Amino acid sequence: MSASSAFNDEKGGSSNVGEPEYGHDPASGGIFSSDYKRHDDLKEMLDSNKDSLKLEAMKRIVAMIARGKNASDLFPAVVKNVACKNIEVKKLVYVYLVRYAEEQQDLALLSISTFQRGLKDPNQLIRASALRVLSSIRVTIIVPIMMLAIKEAASDMSPYVRKTAAHAIPKLYSLDPEQKDCLIEVIEKLLADKTTLVAGSVVMAFEEVCPERIDLIHKNYRKLCNLLIDVEEWGQVVIINMLTRYARTQFLNPNMNESLLEEGGGEKAFYGSDNDDDTDDEEDKEEKEKKKTEATAIVKRKPYVMDPDHRLLLRNTKPLLQSRNAAVVMAVAQLYFHLAPKAEVGVIAKALVRLMRSHSEVQYVVLQNVATMSIKRRGMFEPYLKSFYIRSTDPTQIKVLKLEVLTNLANETNISTILREFQTYIKSNDKDFVAATIQAIGRCATNIGEVRDTCLNGLVQLLSNRDELVVAESVVVIKKLLQMQPEQHSDIIKHMAKLTDNIQVPMARASILWLIGEYCEHVPKIAPDVLRKMAKTFTNEEDIVKLQIINLAAKLYLTNSKQTKLLTQYVLNLAKYDQNYDIRDRARFIRQLIVPTDKSGALSKYAKKLFLALKPAPVLESPFKDRDHFQLGSLSHLLNAKAGGYQVLPDWPEAAPDPSVRNVEVKESVPEWTKCSSREKRKEKKADKPFYSDSEGESGPTESADSASDTASGSESGSGSEESGSGSESEESNEESESASEEDEEEEGKKKKKNVEKIKARKPVPESESEPSSGEDVKKSEKKSKPRIGSSESESEEDDDSESESSESEEEESEEESEEETKKKKKTTASKPPSKPPKKENKKEKKEMSLLDFDDFDPAPSPSQVTPLNNFLSSSLVTDLEGLSLTDNVLSPTTIIPSGNLKTYELLHRITGEGLSVEYCFSRQPFSPDPHMVAVKIQFTNSATSEAKSLHVEDAKLQSGMRIKEFPEIEVLPAGETISVVMGIDFCDSTQAANFQLCTHTRKFFVSIQPPVGELMMPIFMTENEFKKEQGQLMGMNEITEKLTLEEKCQGEHAVVQRVTTAANLSRVPCGSDKECRFAGKTVTSGSLVLVSVVTKEDGAAQLTVNCEKMVIGTMLVKDIHQALTQ
Amino acid sequence: MQLPAKMIHSLFLVNSSGDIFLEKHWKSVVSRSVCDYFFEAQERASEPENVPPVIPTPHHYLISVLRHRIYFVAVIQSEVPPLFVIEFLHRVVDTFQDYFGVCTEAAIKDNVVVVYELLEEMLDNGFPLATESNILKELIKPPTILRTVVNTITGSTNVGEQLPTGQLSVVPWRRTGVKYTNNEAYFDVVEEIDAIIDKSGSTITAEIQGVIDACVKLTGMPDLTLSFMNPRLLDDVSFHPCVRFKRWEAERILSFIPPDGNFRLLSYHVSCQNLVAIPVYVKHNITFREGSSQGRFELTLGPKQTMGKGLEAVLISSQLPRGVLNTNLNPSQGTYNFDPVTKLLSWDVGKINPQKLPSLKGSMSLQAGASKPDENPTINIQFKIQQSALSGLKVNRLDMYGEKYKPFKGIKYMTKAGKFQVRT
Repeated sequence: MSASSAFNDEKGGSSNVGEPEYGHDPASGGIFSSDYKRHDDLKEMLDSNKDSLKLEAMKRIVAMIARGKNASDLFPAVVKNVACKNIEVKKLVYVYLVRYAEEQQDLALLSISTFQRGLKDPNQLIRASALRVLSSIRVTIIVPIMMLAIKEAASDMSPYVRKTAAHAIPKLYSLDPEQKDCLIEVIEKLLADKTTLVAGSVVMAFEEVCPERIDLIHKNYRKLCNLLIDVEEWGQVVIINMLTRYARTQFLNPNMNESLLEEGGGEKAFYGSDNDDDTDDEEDKEEKEKKKTEATAIVKRKPYVMDPDHRLLLRNTKPLLQSRNAAVVMAVAQLYFHLAPKAEVGVIAKALVRLMRSHSEVQYVVLQNVATMSIKRRGMFEPYLKSFYIRSTDPTQIKVLKLEVLTNLANETNISTILREFQTYIKSNDKDFVAATIQAIGRCATNIGEVRDTCLNGLVQLLSNRDELVVAESVVVIKKLLQMQPEQHSDIIKHMAKLTDNIQVPMARASILWLIGEYCEHVPKIAPDVLRKMAKTFTNEEDIVKLQIINLAAKLYLTNSKQTKLLTQYVLNLAKYDQNYDIRDRARFIRQLIVPTDKSGALSKYAKKLFLALKPAPVLESPFKDRDHFQLGSLSHLLNAKAGGYQVLPDWPEAAPDPSVRNVEVKESVPEWTKCSSREKRKEKKADKPFYSDSEGESGPTESADSASDTASGSESGSGSEESGSGSESEESNEESESASEEDEEEEGKKKKKNVEKIKARKPVPESESEPSSGEDVKKSEKKSKPRIGSSESESEEDDDSESESSESEEEESEEESEEETKKKKKTTASKPPSKPPKKENKKEKKEMSLLDFDDFDPAPSPSQVTPLNNFLSSSLVTDLEGLSLTDNVLSPTTIIPSGNLKTYELLHRITGEGLSVEYCFSRQPFSPDPHMVAVKIQFTNSATSEAKSLHVEDAKLQSGMRIKEFPEIEVLPAGETISVVMGIDFCDSTQAANFQLCTHTRKFFVSIQPPVGELMMPIFMTENEFKKEQGQLMGMNEITEKLTLEEKCQGEHAVVQRVTTAANLSRVPCGSDKECRFAGKTVTSGSLVLVSVVTKEDGAAQLTVNCEKMVIGTMLVKDIHQALTQ
Repeated sequence: MQLPAKMIHSLFLVNSSGDIFLEKHWKSVVSRSVCDYFFEAQERASEPENVPPVIPTPHHYLISVLRHRIYFVAVIQSEVPPLFVIEFLHRVVDTFQDYFGVCTEAAIKDNVVVVYELLEEMLDNGFPLATESNILKELIKPPTILRTVVNTITGSTNVGEQLPTGQLSVVPWRRTGVKYTNNEAYFDVVEEIDAIIDKSGSTITAEIQGVIDACVKLTGMPDLTLSFMNPRLLDDVSFHPCVRFKRWEAERILSFIPPDGNFRLLSYHVSCQNLVAIPVYVKHNITFREGSSQGRFELTLGPKQTMGKGLEAVLISSQLPRGVLNTNLNPSQGTYNFDPVTKLLSWDVGKINPQKLPSLKGSMSLQAGASKPDENPTINIQFKIQQSALSGLKVNRLDMYGEKYKPFKGIKYMTKAGKFQVRT
């Protein structure tokens, strides 16, 4: 116990020391001298070799961070421990690092290599956490490293790592939005992932990075629907919300027809507003009419049939209404509200009512949404009316919302019970709530004509309530009600006139005065008397009351000038000297208007019409009306204002877009990642079936198959386990799949061992040649994977059983490769036409093997990359960032004449240049004065009438490191003449623009030259072997591979060569194969090697690989070449 | 350009006196001053629970939940379903409670490192990562006294070294390699009755909310099925993710691989009003006379339709009108208490003996000169009925597949009052 007390002491101690400061300055956590001292001993502890001391120090630091204190000065001491063996220390260091890296970017870079090493760790947990932390470090300079790490993790064999990759995508995107295109590619790839673990996370990434790319969803739509129920709850919410938007763009309005079939004014408006939400009344009607006629036309042509995919979505989300997670239930509810046919929406009511039992915050949000829904679909909640009754213990905000719902639900049949309920509420102690109840009564009265009188009487009774607030609120509501039928209620008006003696609440007084003024003809005797009283107290009234007194006076003057003339003038005189300018203005204005003088113009004739015009009764509307133009359940809906990042819920399309986009070709469906081949048959049946749906119906046959295969796999994997027995009894097969994945994990370990062996065995095989063994594997697993891929959607089950059976002997092997195989398949599928006979494919696969290297046999992408990669990683990051060149001296520059058509860019337009136009192109000639400069040919054309003199460059504004070699000054350029000069610019291997001034004898023009990345290099000559050797050294981070589809015109070697050399200043490297084109060059400034290879395949598919020491250059070059080849 | 930064950006924990005692940021740091908007709203609200759960500020939105008198304030920057955040925050509180036994400011401060580690695992970049308690407990071991001692001596840690296997499997809620010497599975069927009874004693609304809480300590990977005698009673059900939904739909049988330890298997709702038997009645006579400074207070309780089971732990509470200065009441049993400041009357009745009904009678003194209160107080009743589920729900049998041993099984029923109010 002594030890534990020591532990506690430490805690107590730190907080004791901390507390006083905390009191002084809780927000800033400023550093006092005592803090410095403490930090010193923390530093010592962090530097010690004892893990326990380090841990304690880290714990104290984390406690500081938690209290919002600044611990950034400990950064150097902490970051040293990033590689600490102790996992808890490590985790706490991560916490620290993520918090402070942004502030201490340079030091944070020291930790990067640790994470890079972690990314290659055999333990998936470490890989994942390395990626998590790496991607959380907000340091712009490591963006390329993050990008590569994400790309690699996205094809990791562990679904957990892939999930982490999906999580990292939005992090990178928020750090550098320029990466969007690359990230979308990764998202696209991960969307195709079939594991439930990944699905939620990748959709989340999709929503943050590219929610507009709805086209990426098509192919994955059905899969997402089917996986949905097994996705973890948070993912479910994100997916459901996204699918709601998707469905709104892809399917037709299921209520389209019903709205036409049903007649009746109210209903029509009700449905009409379904289609268009926030248009103005007039417009609205017209539009509705238009839509209606259009729709009728459609209906006449063909009746509405729900798209099966639309149905699939509704069917697969419905069970989630039973989730324990309120957010999931709400997500499904809004999906049904926005997407389901009217008749089916009702199912959500029950679930929403259930949520009301939850915490009050949940209630609050649910009630807001129910309030909106209940306006449109009142019938849905009517059976649950009593669940919205209010308890005295409810918080006020909940009470008010319940009241809102009750009011929305009121109709002729239930109004009497609701009013009785309201009566009890009026007695409540909670006055805000009482006020809300009175307003609710007013709304019920306006909406339901039958009870108007009852309500009015009730409200009049409230006028004698002791509580002034209640009376005031009643007056305001009564005023609104009376406006509807004032004739019948002159006694109420009289009654209210009496109240002016007692009621002090300004709003109520103003309301009474307005009423009397407005209906002074109904109470001709009382009205002047009221004015008399008011004139007496005028100076003491509130402003709104004063204004109404003036109004009353004016109205009385117009109707009964005999009695009130003097009073009116008195009031107006008082008002004339009021402190408030509004009141002074009003008085002046009214005097001009009503008192006829010679100056007063034509208006005074119409004064009566102006003041006593019939005013329309106010419409008492729910504040929740039309809130459903916001997607329900969203923050924007709750606030009734568009929140940042809100995705508008689109309107239904007029005609359904092509549904075939969602058809998934057999080849594109990727089998699940962790599977044993011995279970394929079962999987084949199950593939599309989620966890829950896997039982009854086919339970008989499936079950037997399951249990058999399960035991088989059990023995095979050697885990003589508890699980193997389980299958025989259970009727559900999910258990097996579960145990399967478990076994898979066990196998993982085994696999790795085997992999190592295999790699050893295969090392001697030269990588350039296609390996027979792996080629075979491919063939086998290809066959094997076929039936699996087939799944339920398969239309072409071309596979014959005998084949797959024959390969069963090698099952174990192929099973291991199946995962990698899927990756490969992913890479290749895009290029393969689905109808191709299998044999051909295999051939192609073989060829491709040289590209894929040993990919198959190691969890890390490629073992052949490992060596250079490790070198790379161990070398400090700083040198890497400097782009140290290894090859500068080896290769001599050779001039290769560029392919003729140089692209010219405009430097100065004729008009801005006042007749002088300047164009430039990258001549691709070596710049002789300085070989590290890019030669830029500049052509001046003088189209002005006078000659231009002394053209020269001045005042170059360059990024650090960049240099410029000006062209010699041109003394005279006669009108109509053209002249070319060459200047050299050292761009420092970056695409930053070189800004300078171009001067003539009269003017200066600011111009800038920005090089395409392809111009930053010069061609070098290489042999095939040299190329391979260099390429082998530039792997891993330095290699970027991209699949692409060649444009029709550029299929064929010649076209490819031409396009690549146009895009980049490279020279061709001879190559034995006509399917592959290789190019080499080096960057002009640093001489870093740039290697490009394009491998073409059938049907225009191609793979582009760029190896370059400078990752930024490589990335940009890939983009440019990709563009050149595909456009 | 505004970058999308969805989900939870930062979390602040605010205690009842308005101090921020813990903060955690997932993206860049958001200044504490953002909480000023929250404090403003807090000041405006009359009661702590009236602080709006969603508060917009110029650059952020604050979504908060109040549990155990601590506000958990999440800062978000852009559109996100509010329930998503609220539900997550409640999950965080549940986890803290699970780990530390209580979720108080002191407990959180004492375990600040574990809290940080937990939050780190639960949220990645503001998006929920691992919220399943079984997984979290594998990642970060809950602090116990013994472990604290051991850790201090050996320098070992609370952090698990392996990725929880559950996270990768189809049963993410269950950890693997579970071993027990005593294999037991206990289920508690707990029903709460919510009702509003009007002045005359007739039921305005009544519904039953039930839950089945389980404590399962079974070795290996057991597959359980639980069937009911009368499953049709269950009107609306929500399940723990482990329950196979289709099987329930088709056969009305609960089939599941349970998580290890305590969990809520399902919650259900029985709303058909006629079926709900109200187990207690209240005779009351609370009157204030105009002009008099005295009020009469009489309350008698009695059991009704309890199927022979006794009413226990009965507790009456009522918020008396503001005008009441003090009370002078005599309980026939139990103790009563009136707080003259909050005007809260509470009467701890205990057990109800049907032969001798408990009553509370006496007078209330009112503020002199004040007018008669508008409203009679509402009476809130709490009670328990052991060994009976009010709806009549009965478990038929519990079977285990997939493992060979014989587990010990137990089922308990209980009825409680939920929000049970009598208007007078």
